[in-house]
Amino acid sequence: MLQTGLEHIESEEAFRQALEENDNVMICCGRMGPMCLPVYDIMETLTPEYPHVAFRDMAFDEPVGRVVRDLPETAGFTGLPFTVYFREGKVVAATSSIQTMDQVTAVLDAKFAPQA
Amino acid sequence: MGTDYDIVVLGAGPAGLTAGIYAARARRSVLVLDTGTVGGQTVLSYQVANYPGVAETSGRELSRAMAEQARAFGCDIKAFARVADVELRGEVKVVTMRDGARFRSRAVIVASGGVPRKLGVEGEETFVGQGISYCATCDGDFFTGRPIAVIGGGNSALEESVALSRYASHITVIHEFDHFQAEPWVVAEAQSNPRTSFLMNQRVLGFTGVKGLEEVRSVDKATGVVTRTTVDGCFVFIGYVPNSGAFEGQMELNERGEVVTDEALRTSLPGVFAAGDVRHKRVRQITTAVADGTVAALSALEYLSGAAA
Repeated sequence: MLQTGLEHIESEEAFRQALEENDNVMICCGRMGPMCLPVYDIMETLTPEYPHVAFRDMAFDEPVGRVVRDLPETAGFTGLPFTVYFREGKVVAATSSIQTMDQVTAVLDAKFAPQA
Repeated sequence: MGTDYDIVVLGAGPAGLTAGIYAARARRSVLVLDTGTVGGQTVLSYQVANYPGVAETSGRELSRAMAEQARAFGCDIKAFARVADVELRGEVKVVTMRDGARFRSRAVIVASGGVPRKLGVEGEETFVGQGISYCATCDGDFFTGRPIAVIGGGNSALEESVALSRYASHITVIHEFDHFQAEPWVVAEAQSNPRTSFLMNQRVLGFTGVKGLEEVRSVDKATGVVTRTTVDGCFVFIGYVPNSGAFEGQMELNERGEVVTDEALRTSLPGVFAAGDVRHKRVRQITTAVADGTVAALSALEYLSGAAA
């Protein structure tokens, strides 16, 4: 299990539930490694600023990681973490490797703009 | 909107956090700002085994302990701070945030560290995370049984080439000089690996590929011969550059962009001190960053005492 302050997705059922219950979901699938930790920290920091987004993490090496590892959108990825953004259950963006705060907020603002 | 502090520290790596500990313990109001996560480059270390008094820890754990210690003395720490501007030339230093908030102080400690140096060639940005990596421990297993390149010739590059030989089918080390900067025993270990070959005196031209990275192109700086190395992955370890862009034109930087300091870690600007990897120095370790943070904080305290007198 990942040691972060984020809500963890630990089963495929929990994954499906997260997508069903939330319009906007950002999932960071990684390990407790140096490229992943900053992204988890960014997500924790952004949680109060983006109440319309559900921020979740997922352990890359656990069986549940398959739901991210096997996505067509992550097929060519070779850098942890794999970060996937879902809007209404569909992948709208995916990134590989470490991301900066500006890179993450750029995707959140572009893909998850609150509806008027 | 904003707050006045005695000291603002720019950077929450070991140097900045140590400065925060010392200055806050001296009962000065201190703000540590970082545009990234707490810990700076230290969080990129899976394992820290040479920090005195701590047998083994991770960069993250060590950083968090330092931050906790600083907070316990009353130091404010803001990670992922959205800094818009830093003005250090006046008697009162001003850090302006993107939301318009301003933090004013009479002393500033620049501890903004460094960032990994990029090659700046065609395809580099395109293939980050899709063939190009900066962390062997994180991403090595994606290349099990596949050919890769390692770019660089220092300790990090050669040590990581040895580590990556657990996974890769073949490793081509591509280096810009005709000799290595790594320690002799590190070079010897890398050279003794039967699955590693070396391309020396090369300038990397670019990365290409259709479905992910497929090729690294480099040119021999002496002969002009271009080599196309077929790879599935490439790990880049070519050192760091100081994170000093915000201070250009405000204080003296050397030709490498490092902040120039004296022995007390004073910069060319009164009331501005520098600590850690951002400044001109030879040895860059967590321990030397911590030492810098200590000296910079004590110098800043002395400056404030003088200024207050």
